[in-house]
Parts: sequence; C-alpha cells; structure tokens
Amino acid sequence: MTDLRVVGGDLLAPPGDERRHLLSIADLRTDDVERLLATARSFALSQERDTKKLPTLRGRLVLNVFYESSTRTSSSFELAAKRLSADTLTLKAVGSSVDKGESLKDTALTLSAYDPDVIVLRHPEVGAAAFVARLTDAHVVNAGDGKHQHPTQALLDLYTMREAFGRLEGLHVAIVGDVAHSRVARSLVQALRLVGADTVLVGPPALLPGGLAPTSHDIDAIRDADIVYVLRMQKERMLAGANFVPSLREYTERWGVTPERVRDGQRVMHPGPMNRGVEIDPRVADSEASLVVDQVRSGLVVRMAVLYDLLTTGPVPVEATVEVA
Amino acid sequence: MLVGRTGTDNLVIRGARILDPIEDLDARVDVRIDGGVIAQIGLELDTNEHRVIEAGGLTLAPAFVDPHVHLRTPGREDEETIASGTAAAAAGGYCAILAVPNTDPVVDDAETLRGLRARAAAEAQVPVGFMAALTKGQAGEELAELGSLADAGAAAFTDDGRPVAAAGVMRRALQYNAVTGRMIAVHCEEPSLTRGGQAHAGPVAAELGLGGWPSLGESLMVSRDLDLARDTRQPVHLMHLSARESVEHLRRALAGGVRASGEATPHHLCLTDEAVRTLDPNLKMNPPLRADEDRQALIEAVRDGTIAAIATDHAPHSLEEKDVPFEAAPFGVTGLETAFAALHTYLVRPGVIRLETLLERMSAGPAAIFGLDRPRIAVGAPANLTLLDTEARWRVKPSRFRSRSTNSWLLGKRLEGRVKLTVAAGRVVHES
Repeated sequence: MTDLRVVGGDLLAPPGDERRHLLSIADLRTDDVERLLATARSFALSQERDTKKLPTLRGRLVLNVFYESSTRTSSSFELAAKRLSADTLTLKAVGSSVDKGESLKDTALTLSAYDPDVIVLRHPEVGAAAFVARLTDAHVVNAGDGKHQHPTQALLDLYTMREAFGRLEGLHVAIVGDVAHSRVARSLVQALRLVGADTVLVGPPALLPGGLAPTSHDIDAIRDADIVYVLRMQKERMLAGANFVPSLREYTERWGVTPERVRDGQRVMHPGPMNRGVEIDPRVADSEASLVVDQVRSGLVVRMAVLYDLLTTGPVPVEATVEVA
Repeated sequence: MLVGRTGTDNLVIRGARILDPIEDLDARVDVRIDGGVIAQIGLELDTNEHRVIEAGGLTLAPAFVDPHVHLRTPGREDEETIASGTAAAAAGGYCAILAVPNTDPVVDDAETLRGLRARAAAEAQVPVGFMAALTKGQAGEELAELGSLADAGAAAFTDDGRPVAAAGVMRRALQYNAVTGRMIAVHCEEPSLTRGGQAHAGPVAAELGLGGWPSLGESLMVSRDLDLARDTRQPVHLMHLSARESVEHLRRALAGGVRASGEATPHHLCLTDEAVRTLDPNLKMNPPLRADEDRQALIEAVRDGTIAAIATDHAPHSLEEKDVPFEAAPFGVTGLETAFAALHTYLVRPGVIRLETLLERMSAGPAAIFGLDRPRIAVGAPANLTLLDTEARWRVKPSRFRSRSTNSWLLGKRLEGRVKLTVAAGRVVHES
C-alpha cells in the first residue's frame, strides 16, 4: 500500500449546491477529483475485510435507471449502494412504462415521488442527466448520456491508473479508436487534464473529432504512452455505408492493439465490453499489461465514493477509515 | 399576395422621433392618419378629433416585415394558429409576415392555399402571405404546380425545412418559375453532410458529443443554388444563413450580378454555439448556432447589405416536444415577439449596428426581396407603423407571449427596447 493517510477534514466535501449532482467531469475541479479518489481508496481498504458492508447510507434510497444496456455500470452502482447499506432499485427501460411510451419527464417525476436520495441515470440522449436533474430533488449521477459524458467511468479509470503507476500527474495516455462516439473518451480527456496527465487520441480520421486533445492517425503514436486506453469499436455504428472506416478488418489491421504494438512497461485499459480480435487482440486483453479487471474492481469503490460524497457532508466514518503508516 | 383585414383608423401620433431611413426622414414631428392612410406629417397638426397618441421619447418607424414564419397551420394548431401567430407578429411590430408551407398537409396545391387564405382573411391580425411548396409534398422530386399556386395567391415558393437535394430538380424549378414572377426561397442543407447533426460541427459539439452539422453542409448548397441562379438567370433567396462561407459565396455572387438575396435570424446574429453548452433545448435550431467568426460575418453582411433581410424563422413547438433532453428535442425557436428587442439589446445598444440599419433590414429589405409594398412613412402611404420605446426594459416571460408556444431562446432574459404600438394596413393591431 502506498502512503495514504485519511484525516477527517481532508475528505470534507465543499458545501453548497455545486455538488448536488455528478453530471459531467467539466463540473469538477481538481480537488473534487482528489477527494473522490481518496474516499474511494478508503473504501477499497474496507473491502479487504471479511464483512464488506458498511452502515453509512442505511435508510437511503438509490434508484438506478437504465435506458441502455449495461453490465459493469449498473451492477457496480447497485453493489456500491448495497455495500453502503442503502436501499436500491434498478429499473431497466425494457419491461417498464418506457415501453409504453412514457416520456423521460414522467418517468423522472414518477420515480421522484419515492423520494430517492440518488437517481443514477443512463440514457441514449445527450443532456438526459441534466434534464432529469432539473426535475428532481434527488442527487443525479450521470451514468452515461448519449455520446456526451460518463463521469464515473473516468473517475474509476483515474483510480486504476493511480493504483498501477502510483501517480497521475505527468502520465501519458493514448486513447485509441472510436473517440467520436465515445462518452468515455470525452469524460476521460477532461479528467486527465484535471490531474495533469496528457493525452493523445489515435485512430481513423473520421472518428477523431477536433478540439478535444492532440490527435494522430498513426498507431505508432501509442509508443510513448504509459497507458494505452482502447475504446470499443461500436460495430452497430460501423455498418456498410457509414464509411467511418472501409471495414472492421482494415480497422483492426491499422489500429488494433496487438502484442507487437504494446511495448514493455505499458499498461492497457478498456472500458468494456471488449470486441476481442477487433480493437484489442485477445493476447493483449489477457496479458499482464491489461488492467481491465482492475478497472471493474475500481468501479465499485469509486461509485461507493461518489454516492458517499453526494449524500454526506461529514468525514468518512471511522469504520471506513484506515490509518496507514 | 397578402391577405388580411385592412383598417380605416384615424390617429394622430404626436411627438415621436419619426425614423424612416429610406425616406430620409429623421425628425421630431407629428403624423396624422386619416382612414388608415398617412395624411399629414408635420408640426402641431390638427387632430381632427382623431385619437391622439402621445409619443414623446418614442420612435416611430415603418412596421416590420417577416419573410419566414411557421404558422403551423394546418396540422399543428396546438402550436400556432393564424390568429395567434399574427397576434404575435403584431406584438413584435410586424405589419406583414410570410408563412412557410411545411405544414400538415403541405401547402402544395391551390385548394389548400385558397382555404388558408380564406381563413386568414377572417382571422389574421396582420396581413399574411402564404408561401407554397416548390415540390410536391416538399419531397424534392416533382415540381408543385407553381403556375396554379401563383394564380391562387402564393406569395413565394419554398421547401423550407428541407433542401431540394437534387441539383437537376432545383434547376428545373428555377427555370419554370420564370412564368410566375414569384421568389424561390431555399433552405440550404446538403443532407449527406448533416445527417445526425445536432449542433455546429466544432469544438463545442465535439466536447458535448453532439452530432456535427458542419458549415459546409450549408455553404455547399448555397454555392450550388447561386450557380444555378446564375445559370438560369433567375432570382433566388437564401433562407436563414448561418455560416461565414455562405455569406462569402453570396457576396461574390452579388458582385458578379447574380440575382440573389439572403436573410439572417436574430438568434444567429446574437448567439454562438457556446450557448449550446447549457443543453437547453431552446438553443437547438436548424441551421445550428455557429462560431463567433460566423456570427461576426453575418453581422458584417447585415451591415453592408449583403444580407438584406432579417427573418425570425419563428418556429413554435409545443411544451412536451421541447421538454426533453437536448438530443431528443426538435429544431426551432420562436422569435416574432422578441426580434426587435433582442437585436436592439444585443446589436444596436452596444453600437454594433445602427438603429437605422436594423429598421431597414427588418422592413424595407425583406419587402423588396419578395415584391411586397414597402412600409413607409410618407403622405398617401397606407399606415404600416411601429412605435418603439428604445429605453424600455423588460423581462421575457412565457406568460406574456401571444404565440401559442413559448420555446424562446430568450426566456428569463432582460431586454432593452419594446414595441408600444403597431399599425398594420391602417389598423391598430397592438398596443402595450
């Protein structure tokens, strides 16, 4: 363990309205990120015990509302809430009134009638989380709104990088693949900037929007990176005729992350779900360099930290803090 | 081409600054209106027992003409009707508006057009001209019956809301339209470049993850339509220009003798895509808000007359349509009731454009393009006047709109400048 010292005051969240929701990394400052990562760290230590459940959010209600399919995000939010003793309810669009054409507004108002403390929302449209935040008294956590933002993913990625490298500042991260359709990339680029890491975006021209970070069309640009962050090629967007790339085969040939392209000492990350053999070679995904499983583990404690941070104003409770020499 | 009631009001407007840039009139004099017609302009006029409006400190100008309004009738009367849309126009200082035909059904046959004109004759607060579709169903494939539509009173032709994608169809439309003498107004958008577009293709859209609607999506079509106008020697009017490149094409074409004109909206003149960061659905319009260099190019074009008309593209949408996340919302914002105040607040007050220029581009400019009589302050002219309080400050509130819809980009904003009175076709149609 690195030298983590948790002192009550360090983890106090700022007062006021600005931390009512977590909608976008753009709403956070560097000290917010540091506080959330430190809180996550203290929860990680609590998760090494036999009894993993903490009483911190007993009696609180966390609603997970998922309009898009999700494995990692929905399960980790649900588990994070449970580990903190909150009541949880996960609502998937399929099988709910959404199927009957209920608007997002009415779904949000209906669920708000249960007085939830937190609504975790995933939705296919940009601006959905901000929209619900305007309608509800609950804290809203954006678990993905269209191609816009997925802030908890970026936070868990930072957490994973710090665990692997012991630092964030000065890290060099190459994000490879379909940046254009990736909320993960948008959040991560902003988050890396906040902590003083630098980024290069690598991939086919039509999939690299300008203005986010430096770009390169040459896979060799990953050579100098400490971390190669591989994005999912969204096959459904790459249908014939879309012409972002001529074919997935050609994409893999030029930009696939293969063992030959990963140098010693580099670590490889992927937000999942992976298309093995498309954007990432299975030999890389399963190698020592891969941090993919660490990312999932980080997701749990980072989401515990996010829920905790939104719902409490005091320091992390004694049972969750650990003094480390 | 315009249809609506005319009036025979008797009025004396006393003590206002009378400002008609084209008549070279800028004086503090009285105006007397007898039977809806301007009868006398001068000092200390006889009131002839007319109603007297004390207008000291106010500005009297030719009323405005809006060449681009969505009245949503027929089909979406919940969003706007002829009565509510023209009441909104009256409140905004307009004496005439042109309604676009992308309704349900589309106005692409003479019967539908005649029906609308009959309704407007009874309901309209200010005279309305109805534009008809250029192609059947606005599908961009077969020409609508332009001749019959013109005979039935079509004010102009447009497929607004969508482009005429095929160059060959557009060329035939321009050629044939020589027989009608009406203007063709075009919505310039190359669909293969704008598919999925939600916001200007630039750093803001990239950061927000919104599909890009590039400037080229407009300017490529602007360039094509100007070339077709040159080739057919027919006039063309470019609607709601938004991109710097489009303005450059238009300026070059005008210098080369092409019979072309252009319009810009208040929102494109006052806002940039930075405003979209709020993800407020009332900042979503087609074409989208663009970068500051585009906005500056539009302002310069309005100043030098390359863009001769300001058009609101007043596009009402119901509450439930706009009360959704940005990406799910339809394009369009209202504008009739706020156009003058917004442009006065954001462009005239800071000294970016002169009041005289704004008044001209909102009135004589659009009238000339569409062959309408120019509202003017001159003895013998029908009274089409707007009385403006350039000092009044007010806050834009949904409850104040005459429009049936409230999807304004200005909700909650404080504006400087207010329409106090509107006279349209000799009738007082608005007072506040």
